[in-house]
Amino acid sequence: MTTIARVALSVFRESVRDRILYSIVVFAVLLMAASYLLGQLTAGQDLKIIKDLGLASIATFGLFIAVFIGIGLVWKEVEKRSIYSLLSKPVRRSEFVLGKYCGLVLTLVVNVAVMTIAFYGVMAFLDWRMDPLVGEWPVPPIDPHMLKAIALIVVELMLVTAIALFFSTFSSPFLSAGLTIGLWVIGHFNTDLRNFEAVVDSPAAIWLARVLYYVLPNFAAFDVKAQVVHGQPVAMSYVGLVALYGFAYISLVLTAAVVIFSRRDFK
Amino acid sequence: MDAIRTEGLTKHFAVGFWRPRPYLALDSLTLHVAAGDVFGFLGPNGAGKTTTLKLLMQLIYPTSGTAEILGRPVGDVQVRRRIGYLPENPYFYDYLTAEELLVYFGGLFGYSSTDSRQRAARLLDEVGIGAERRLQLRKFSKGMLQRVGIAQALVNDPEVVFLDEPMSGLDPLGRRDIRQLILRLRERGCTVFFSSHVLSDAQALCNRVAVLAGGRLAASGALSEILDVHARGWELVIARASDAVLARATAAGVKATPLGDGRYTLDVPVDVAPEQLLTALVEAGAQPVSLSPVQETLEDFFVRQVGAAPKDRGLARD
Repeated sequence: MTTIARVALSVFRESVRDRILYSIVVFAVLLMAASYLLGQLTAGQDLKIIKDLGLASIATFGLFIAVFIGIGLVWKEVEKRSIYSLLSKPVRRSEFVLGKYCGLVLTLVVNVAVMTIAFYGVMAFLDWRMDPLVGEWPVPPIDPHMLKAIALIVVELMLVTAIALFFSTFSSPFLSAGLTIGLWVIGHFNTDLRNFEAVVDSPAAIWLARVLYYVLPNFAAFDVKAQVVHGQPVAMSYVGLVALYGFAYISLVLTAAVVIFSRRDFK
Repeated sequence: MDAIRTEGLTKHFAVGFWRPRPYLALDSLTLHVAAGDVFGFLGPNGAGKTTTLKLLMQLIYPTSGTAEILGRPVGDVQVRRRIGYLPENPYFYDYLTAEELLVYFGGLFGYSSTDSRQRAARLLDEVGIGAERRLQLRKFSKGMLQRVGIAQALVNDPEVVFLDEPMSGLDPLGRRDIRQLILRLRERGCTVFFSSHVLSDAQALCNRVAVLAGGRLAASGALSEILDVHARGWELVIARASDAVLARATAAGVKATPLGDGRYTLDVPVDVAPEQLLTALVEAGAQPVSLSPVQETLEDFFVRQVGAAPKDRGLARD
């Protein structure tokens, strides 16, 4: 087993024993179950609402885990000085950063898997109950295409984790959380930056908007929830291309995190 | 070959937020520690001991100068396979048990799970917390964490061990255990480099010491070289000291300090033969309690060196 894998497994073990993580996942699963009741209130729309809420729960609670555990991963090690013992072992700083990242991604994937199982459980219950209203909806409850949306949610969360980790290599958790969530919000409105020239005349503003469009992560591209809920096709080539974009961005962010972390003094 | 070697090791830190200015934490430290030495790195708080250890572990980077461990630069990952390090006030992962931590660290050295588990069991027994090996570390006291810290520093049977204030947070029993552990390491031929301001421990364990004050090396050498081991007089404690006894003692130029209940401490000058004085006092009715030579202690030396160190530390000189 490589050093990165050993560090990652340790992060995973540490994370899954943290009660906060359980609380987040349990809350997400409860919300999905409750979405069934909410669906009852909206005649004819229950399946859409349940799917919407289920996918949104996976994305939102996954975001909580990615941000709030991601920002603390490196900061906590430095602040509590547990990093001193670890870096005196044959562990390169790059291996430490990548191990921490892989450990959190593993934690995220397991949690998203748990939430996905719960989500499909609710869908299976609906299918079994054979609600007449369900029959009117063109998309079946157990729809494998929803996995495309969930796969892109996972890649999006991996990118959020990389950004949170990057900020945590040099700033406080509070600032890291603010910057990560800020980037996530801006990244969801990224398409507006591309269309900036349609609403302003200033060449400098247009140029700046274009630079930001290409530099900032385009989180909107990962969001295909609406398409899968409404049964619209999402091409596998699109999923692959967006995933590739996500992995390329993650590589850049992690490289920057390693460069900064490798030069840092632990006072 | 030296186990540890530093040449002109210097570290400046920037202090202040708006207008950061350099602060000299360590100034041109040149130090050679031979293999097999138990080396005491002494100094008051803020002297630069922890900074030096962090530089040797490459937790911080030097402003100038070089450092080598076992003939290789400190940045070499391979050299870390052969060393152990106990940080000051160690802290570990809350949700791992002591055994899991040691198995994890053992794995980083490439040991198999079984081997790491055996090492963990042996070391945790050796530092006296074998019974708590399956307890999560967040439930450990400061002293117990210190013991775990020492165990993790030894997980790879290191050739050189760096211990930053190893006695910190330990009760008298714990200090005795760690002293014995360091002696066992010395018997195995391990080089032990430990920082401390507990001078009695250093005097009992070290064959060589260095004294750091204000970020600068104030003195270094073998204990027998730097301490005045010749007696500077004698301290005699007697009981049942009558006026006649005290009269005889003061006549010989001895200063008597009462301890109560007829007991006195007599400071006997180096030119007075203690055997003859003792015989005379016993004949006068005194009962001898103890007789010991007065020598320079490491504490005396430490106070002398730290007191003599320049006080102009602070902002770095150009």
